[in-house]
Amino acid sequence: MMVLFFGNLVDITQQSELAWPFIHNTMQLQQVLYEQYPALQTAQYVMAVNGKMIQTNTILQEGDTIAFMPPFSGG
Amino acid sequence: MIDLNRYGRQIILPNFGIDAQQKLQQAKVLIVGMGALGCPALQYLAGAGIGVIGIADGDDIQLHNLHRQPLFYTADINHNKAIVAAEKMRALNPDIQLTVYPFYINNKNALSILQTYDIVIDATDNFPTKYLLNDACALLKKPLVYGAVSRYEGQLSLFNYCQPNGRNIQYRDLFPEPPHSDAILSCEEAGVLGVLPGVMGIMQATEAIKVIAGLGRLLDGVLLTYHALSAKFYEMEISKNPAVQTMNKAEFENIDYDWLCNSNSITPSLSVEEFKHLQQLKQLFIIDIREHNEIPIIDFADVHIPYSTILSANHLPQFPNVKNICVICQRGIRSKAAAAIIQQQAKQKVYHLMGGLSAYFNQ
Repeated sequence: MMVLFFGNLVDITQQSELAWPFIHNTMQLQQVLYEQYPALQTAQYVMAVNGKMIQTNTILQEGDTIAFMPPFSGG
Repeated sequence: MIDLNRYGRQIILPNFGIDAQQKLQQAKVLIVGMGALGCPALQYLAGAGIGVIGIADGDDIQLHNLHRQPLFYTADINHNKAIVAAEKMRALNPDIQLTVYPFYINNKNALSILQTYDIVIDATDNFPTKYLLNDACALLKKPLVYGAVSRYEGQLSLFNYCQPNGRNIQYRDLFPEPPHSDAILSCEEAGVLGVLPGVMGIMQATEAIKVIAGLGRLLDGVLLTYHALSAKFYEMEISKNPAVQTMNKAEFENIDYDWLCNSNSITPSLSVEEFKHLQQLKQLFIIDIREHNEIPIIDFADVHIPYSTILSANHLPQFPNVKNICVICQRGIRSKAAAAIIQQQAKQKVYHLMGGLSAYFNQ
């Protein structure tokens, strides 16, 4: 699976793309990422699976791309 | 009357023609924010012959704007952005009508100004105004071309484009509530590549022209991000958040947008005066959290831990408890967020310097 980070979230993860072993759902993915990157827990973001924004825990498939998108405010 | 000499090169485009040009000339577009997004958007919309363009910005031109706002010249410094931009556009295209609002849009003046336009372009640089414009456009059912940047990345979308099927996506479907303003860095804090908002502002103008002329595929309910360094685009289809309600006029006018974006702050702060007083008494333990390349270089910090390290660190060191711990940065925005993190991890009371080193060296 591929995990993408945007904006200031890259300050936390230090990488904009992470190849990640298969995880069953988005909530489990969040939990393991929070263990590795504690500051992610307090960051604001929305998630998308394969380019579609999700609002609830979502079942993942092998090969899915999961994006973490924060708000941007500059202009 | 259509000036075929001026607009001929776009009129001959397939699917454009006199019809599309007429639509542009009958259109009214409001650009809120005449900074790095607003300037390029304005230039291309004025060039394309948009009939009426409103320009709103209360800010004056500063030297540090010019690297990303090349519409303005060094001689324009300290003049109002909206007024100067309009003067330049009158010289570019005398056919169009320009309306200048040389002040900030707020929730008291927004509805009366916005309602006379067909489309609003959000070229602002702060969350309070972004939420305010979103809410006003949702209330008035106006399409809103949203743009925002962060360092080398930009976001673009078309919100509130009411489709016949009733589907209507707004910014709050994506982010229902504003983050604390200290949680997300501004360009002033985080930096921005000058050309990046230029790209995004031109894309906002493109989207506005497509909406008006009825051309192509619109970014209706799609968040597009562009990363200048990886040269990659990413698209996210936004889903409707059933909890988001459009507010009415009274609700809208009663919201304190600045407070909304700055609330829940529990970080204690020190004023420059208090800071200098404690510094003289040698009762301060100062943590400089600016990145290594930031200036000015100072000699009075006890420890230097860049903000990026604080964000990614699992464990921060314990700091001496005998003194008042105070976090400093350039403007007092990152320091507030960093102080909150340190406070939480180290379980120690941590102050931050209000206004940062800019304020420190100005007093």
